[in-house]
This record gives sequence, structure tokens and C-alpha cells, in this order.
Amino acid sequence: MMRTSRPPSTPPAGMLAPSTESSRTSPRPVDEQLFHQSTLTAARWTKVIGLLLITAIVSAFVCLQFGAAYIGLPQIFHVLFQGVAGSGELDTTATILLHVRLPRVFLGFLIGCCLASVGVALQALLRNPLADPYLLGVSSGAALGVSVAVLAGVGTTMLAASVLPICGFLGSLAALLVIYRLAASYDRLPIHSLLLAGVILNAIFSALIMFVTSIMDPNRSFGMMTWLMGSLTAPTYPGLLVFSLYLVVGLTLLLRQVRVLNIMAFGEESARSLGVDTERTKKYIFLVSALMTGAVVSVSGMIGFIGMVVPHAVRLIFGADHRLLLPAAALVGGAFLMIADTFARTFVSPSELPVGIMTALAGGPFFIYLLVWRKDQMS
Amino acid sequence: MTMVTQDRSQSAYDVQGLNFRYGTGSSSDKAPWVLQGINFCVQPGEMLGIVGPNGSGKTSLLKLLAKVTALQHGSIALFGKPLSHLRQEVVARSVAFVPQDTYQAFPFSVAETVLMGRFPHRHRKIWDLGFGWDTSEDRAIAQRAMMTMDVWHIAGRSVTGLSGGERQRVVIARALAQNPEILLLDEPTAFLDLQHHIEICSVLHRLKLERQLTIVVVSHDLNLASEYCDRVLLLDQGRVFRLGSPEDVIQPEILRTVYRCHVLVDKHPMSGLPRVTLPSRNHQSGGP
Repeated sequence: MMRTSRPPSTPPAGMLAPSTESSRTSPRPVDEQLFHQSTLTAARWTKVIGLLLITAIVSAFVCLQFGAAYIGLPQIFHVLFQGVAGSGELDTTATILLHVRLPRVFLGFLIGCCLASVGVALQALLRNPLADPYLLGVSSGAALGVSVAVLAGVGTTMLAASVLPICGFLGSLAALLVIYRLAASYDRLPIHSLLLAGVILNAIFSALIMFVTSIMDPNRSFGMMTWLMGSLTAPTYPGLLVFSLYLVVGLTLLLRQVRVLNIMAFGEESARSLGVDTERTKKYIFLVSALMTGAVVSVSGMIGFIGMVVPHAVRLIFGADHRLLLPAAALVGGAFLMIADTFARTFVSPSELPVGIMTALAGGPFFIYLLVWRKDQMS
Repeated sequence: MTMVTQDRSQSAYDVQGLNFRYGTGSSSDKAPWVLQGINFCVQPGEMLGIVGPNGSGKTSLLKLLAKVTALQHGSIALFGKPLSHLRQEVVARSVAFVPQDTYQAFPFSVAETVLMGRFPHRHRKIWDLGFGWDTSEDRAIAQRAMMTMDVWHIAGRSVTGLSGGERQRVVIARALAQNPEILLLDEPTAFLDLQHHIEICSVLHRLKLERQLTIVVVSHDLNLASEYCDRVLLLDQGRVFRLGSPEDVIQPEILRTVYRCHVLVDKHPMSGLPRVTLPSRNHQSGGP
């Protein structure tokens, strides 16, 4: 699966000797073999995505088994079949599985998808492998938007499921506008400026969030704190449906730009000379990223590092072409968060940890590793 | 697919009354002019060298020609059509631009990078999202470009691990994969060792002869301009100081006025074209 560099199939010496004219009149047969190994083909795409899809489904079933009580696979299949058939009363196990675990595993998958794909898009746009909605302060912008809305009295109804993402969207848009301005004043935003901007945005937004929570009803502010740390709760099916609409729309919009993302990664001037309308593309990607981040944060608070760690790992294994990277990172991100959330649910069972703690514990050291030992990539 | 029709009776570029400066956001900040009152034409199939001291506006001029920077005052016509009215994508089908900064943060392979040159020629279909898989025609063109630039044997390597010279050649190969009629290059030999310096120059020369490619090259290297360019445009502080054949432009008096230093100009023993030599260390302050 990994691309390998191949020794030259044609002699490198005298490569320049055959004139371009002769190679035009008698075109060489295209070396499909080499292209197959060193570029992305539709066949390889299908293979990798298929494999990752199966992996995601398998890990979903593994995650369904664990929780406060263990439920075996045969029982899961039985209950799922029963649920689909819609027959009879649900016993306790079936209720837990269908109304607690299943929606929560689904939600984890969707949120992981969103975070990883937003990470991929932002990294390409900022030409920086460390860009991540959490580190850049985009998530905390969204969190501020959502907490202001909660303070204003938007409850936990269906209304909330559709209004809160919009508030989160406005908050993350504010954060991205600052980053957009910063990036516009440089050709390529240096990594340190980018991270500093993230630190400062995070500090400002956190201060405002704390202000909002401290003037809130204390009963609700505890819930706010847990939510802020990044946690998943089992959603209702209508809520899940609304959220998955955001994901499907966002992911489709991002997928439409994968080839452009490839070209944007070479810098704006380069991209423009290849015919990309860079200003339009930047606005498009920033808007979609803000929308997806807003939706995610309104549901699960601030879950960090998935947007950075997952794309990085996927890129190492499958290469940098965004046509594969974006959907692959989405699938891996989804599986990763499902698994992290399963740990969060079971580690201190019957109590729960916020899943944000799990991802930060996994992602933080990785981030330091990148910063210290992979300096070449960060310069 | 709209193309800029290649009418050979038209100039490849016709630049009239071009003024340019950075930072035009508000009227209050009056940045100095980078380019002022530039007029010139580029004929199809010609190789034009743009030379001049640092900060004389060479790169800015090239970026304006590539439509990478937006035009402010004056007009640029591409094969008789105003550049500002052409869509970016249409320009990219006939003009390829090789920038100086070829930094890449992500491990794209060389072949992937060169194939990106086919982007402006892609056929858009609504159902394949943004994927647009490369056709075998794309691959054939990319392969030929890689062979021309001597990077075929490293097609599978990641661009992040290449030397500056290799990366430069990869980016030129990508530009050739655009199948352009006009090739714009910004300091193409800046990072190259002698061997690849000579190779790139001779490849450009051959592309000019065989494909009738129009080439505009920005360079610090006066000898490159003298040896390979049909005409040389000498910029000084944003103005055209002299435009003409290498013999007309590369003269000691002219160079002394523009570069404010003394250089030796003699004839190249093989081509007879002007050759610039830096003075020996004993004569740096005085002059002849």
C-alpha cells in the first residue's frame, strides 16, 4: 500500500538526449506500472477506502460490546435484528444497546469524521501539518458561541439541536476570520505565528467562556464544564439525524475541493498559476470548516488533537493526495473517536471520563514529538 | 473548453502603461511604485530575459504576466485578449508559471506533483465530486514532461525529500505538463549546480526551438540572459531601462549605471555573445 521509490526503468544517462520532438512524434507507451505505484489511482482509492470502511464497521461492533455491562456479539446481532424488525417490547439489554450505546457509537464516529476532515482541510489551506481546529482556537470560538446561546436560554430540545450548531458556527467563524487575516498578511504563515495565534485565541475565548459559565445557574454550569472538556452523551435519534445532516453536507462540500486542496498545498501563487481561484477557495473552505466545527462543538464540546494526529498518521501511510487523504482520514478519525470514547466509558466504570481527556492524552505527546523530533517538517 | 486562440500574428504579450505597487487597500498608505510606465511586447516563440538589480520589480512583473498578481493600472494583452478579462483557468491553459518558492510541507510524490499540471485541462463532471481521476492522456503528457526535465527516475520519491535543484526541475516539469504556449520562470537556475544549470538552459532553448514555446525568464544571471535569450529587458527601479538584443543591453556603461558597479564585458569565446565577468578583488573599489 505504501508507495515505494522505484529504480529508473529507463536509463537516466542521456535522458535529455532524446529530443522532445521525437518523443512527441512517437510517444512512448505510458509506464502505467510506475504511475500506479507513485500516484493515486481509482483502483487503489477503492481498495484503501473499502478496507478502512470495513475496519470502521468492525471497530463499531467491538465498541458496542463494551460498557458498564458487557454485551456479547450474538446478543448484539439479535437485538439489532429485533430493532430493525421492530417487534415486541425491549428488555433492558436491548434498551441499553439501541438507545444508549448505538447512538453514542454513531455520534462518536460522526464527530471523529468531522474533526479529522476539518483538520485535513485546514492543514492544506494553511500549508501546515499542525493546523487543527482545537489548537487554532476554532473549537473554543464555537464553544463560546454555544455557551452564550445556552446562557440566553436555548434548552435541550429539538430547537437546540438545530440552533446550537449555528451559534457554534458563528463563534468558529470569528476565530477563523482572525486566522484568515493573519494568513493573508504572510504568504505562508510561519508555524510559530500560527500556534501563537491559536494560543492567544484560545486564551481570549476561554476567558469569555469562563465568564459566561460563572454568571450561569450553578446547576447548569457543572454540565457546561463537562461538556467543555469534550464528552459524548447518547443523543436522541432525531438529534443524531440533524447532526449527521451537517456532517454529510460538510463532507460533501469538502470532497468537492480535494483536487484544489492538493494544489493549494503548494502555495497560493502556484495555485493561481494553475487556474485556481484562491480567494474563493479559501473562503469556501473556511466557511465549511467553521460550519462543521460549530456543529461538532455544539454536540460534544472541545475534543482536541484528532484533527491533527489522524491526518498526520494517514498521510504517512497512504500519501498526501487529498483525494484519498480526506475520506481516509474521516474514516480513521471516526473509528479513533469511537474507540477513545469506549475507553472513556469503561475506564473508570460505572463513572465516565470526558473523551476529550483521552484524545488529549493520546494527542498531546504526539504533538510534542512532532515539534521536537520532526523539526524538518515544521520549519 | 475555452482556450486563448493562438493567433501567431498577435504578440504573445502586449504590455502597455503598466504601473504597479503593493498595498492598495486604502488610499492613505501610498506604497512606492514597484513598476512604472512599463511598455513592451513579447513575440510568439521568443525567449525574453528580464534582468535588473534586486528590488527592480522583475518578479512583480513576471507575476503580473502570469495573472498571479492582479493588474492595477495599464493593460496586459495575452494573444490580443486583455488578461484581466480572462478567467484564471483559461490563462492557466496557455501560461505556465514557475515560482521561486517551491516549498512543500506534505509528502506528495514527484509524479503526483507533475500530474497536478493537468489541473487546468481537467474535464469536470458533476458526479465524480472533485476527484477527476487522471486520464491516460494526462499520464502520457506528465511522463513526457518528467523525461524532458530528467525527473522520471525519481517519480516515486516524495518532493519533501528532494534537493533544491531536483524540486526546481519537478516544478518546471509540472509547468510543462500544463502544455503551455508561454512559460514564465522566476530564477529557474538559482539552486542548481553547474550540470543542471546547463541542462535546464539547454532544455529551455530546445523547447523554444521545437515547440515554439514563448519563454519569459527572470534571472540574476546576465550570462544566461546573454547566451539564451533573444532579447533582454533591463529593469531599473521599476522602469524599463533598456530593451533589446543581448549585444545592445549588456554593455559596460549600461550595467555600470544600473548596477552601480564596474564589471568586465567581453565576448564569449564560443558564441561571441557578451559575457559579464566580475572584476578581480584588486579592482573592486577603483575601476578601470
